[in-house]
Amino acid sequence: MCLAVPHRIVRVDGNEAIAEIGSIKKKVRLDLLEDVRIGDYVLIHAGFAIEKLSVEEAEDILDAWKEIEEAQNEG
Amino acid sequence: MRAIPLKLIEDLRNLNVSRPLRFMEVCGTHTVNICRFGLRSIFPKNVELRSGPGCPVCVTPASAIKIGVDLALSFEKTIVLTYGDMMKVPGPTMTLADAKARGGRILSVYSVVEAIDLAEKERDFKIVFLGVGFETTAPSSAWAIKEAKRRNLKNFFLASFHKLIPPALEILASERTLDGFLCPGHVSTIIGLKPYEEISKRHKIPCVISGFEAEDIIIAMLKLIEMAEKKEYMAFNAYKRAVKEKGNIKAQELLKEVFEEEDTEWRGLGIIPKSGLKIKEEFSDFDAKIAFKIKDESVKDIPGCKCGEVLKGQIYPYECPLFGNSCTPEQPVGPCMISSEGSCAAYYRYGGLIEP
Repeated sequence: MCLAVPHRIVRVDGNEAIAEIGSIKKKVRLDLLEDVRIGDYVLIHAGFAIEKLSVEEAEDILDAWKEIEEAQNEG
Repeated sequence: MRAIPLKLIEDLRNLNVSRPLRFMEVCGTHTVNICRFGLRSIFPKNVELRSGPGCPVCVTPASAIKIGVDLALSFEKTIVLTYGDMMKVPGPTMTLADAKARGGRILSVYSVVEAIDLAEKERDFKIVFLGVGFETTAPSSAWAIKEAKRRNLKNFFLASFHKLIPPALEILASERTLDGFLCPGHVSTIIGLKPYEEISKRHKIPCVISGFEAEDIIIAMLKLIEMAEKKEYMAFNAYKRAVKEKGNIKAQELLKEVFEEEDTEWRGLGIIPKSGLKIKEEFSDFDAKIAFKIKDESVKDIPGCKCGEVLKGQIYPYECPLFGNSCTPEQPVGPCMISSEGSCAAYYRYGGLIEP
C-alpha cells in the first residue's frame, strides 16, 4: 500500500496540480511539499505528492554500488 | 523493464558469506517485487530474507473491520470510505464487501481527498474515512482533518488505524533472530534515516533503505550483507533519489500537529507500545471513534490462520498448513493472502517456494 509512483507535474494551481505518467493525467495535492514546479518529477501516493525525485541522485545508487565493489576489491 | 546488469546478479550470487545471515524485508511492496523478480534465487548460500509486517492491510486488526461494518450497517445516513485493499479483509462477522452487499454504504477510494469532497457535497450524510497505512499514508489523513476544519465540514470523521513502522522494528529487532532490515523506501521518504539509526545502534542491527526496482533491491542486499559481515550497525540510504536524510519534514510536522502516539494492536504482533496514531484532542470533533462512541475491542484471530507468524517472519507463507489448500487468492482465509501486497499472496502468485 505504500506504493508511490513517479509522475511529472504538468500544471500547478496553488496546492493542486495535474501530474502525468505516460498518457495518464491525474489531479494531485501538493500540500506535503514546498515549492513544486511544472516539470518536477514527484512521487505520488494516494493522491499526494510525497517527495520530489532528483534525477541526479538516481545515479547515486550506482555510485553506491561502485563503492561496495571497490571496498571488496581492497579487501 | 530494464535489464538488470548481469554482473550485479553474479556479484550477489557469488558473494562469500562467512556465517548464516537472516534478514527481513519490512515492506509489502518489497515482498511482492522480490517474489515477482525471483530475487531469492540469486541470494548467496547462507543468506535468508524473511518477509515482515509491512503490509498495512494485513496488520490492521479484525476489530477495525468490525468497526467499519458496524458504522455502515447500524448508523443511518452514514457513508464509510476506505482504500480498496480493505474491502475483502475478513472481520469477525463479515468483510466490508459483504456489508456493502447487504446495503451498507461503503465506498472504496484511491485518496482521502475523495472523502473530503464527498463530505462537502453530501452535507446531510456523515462521511467516515477508515484510515489505514503507515507513515507514507498517514500525512494525507492528517491533511484531511485540517482541511475538514478549514472548510468547516462538520460531517467528516476519521477512524484512525494508522501505524508507525519503527516501533514494530524495535520489537522484531529485540527478538534477536535477525541480522538486518531491508527498510521500506516510501515510509523512509517521510521519516528519513534517524529512526533507523537509533534502532541500529540500540539493537546492533544494520538497516538499509531500498528502492523498489530489482537493481535497487540487489544493491541494497549487497550493502546489507556487507554491513552485517563487517558488523556495521548503522543506517544506509540506498534510495537517495527518493529519500532525503531528514525525510519529509512538512509531512512529519503535519503528523505531529494532528496525531499523538498511542499503544495499538497489530494483527499477529499484538499490542505494540506507541505504534498507533490517535487524533489529538484539539481535533476530536473529527474523530470517528469519539463521534460514534466506538469501542476498539480486540477480536480473536482466524482459526488455523498463521498470518501472525508470517508477519513476524517466523515462518514462510508456504509453511502455513492452509497455504494453497484452503487459502488461495481466489478463496482467501487470512489477510496476508487477501491484500495484493500480502506475503502469502505474493508467494502464491509468483512462486518463490524455495524450500531447501
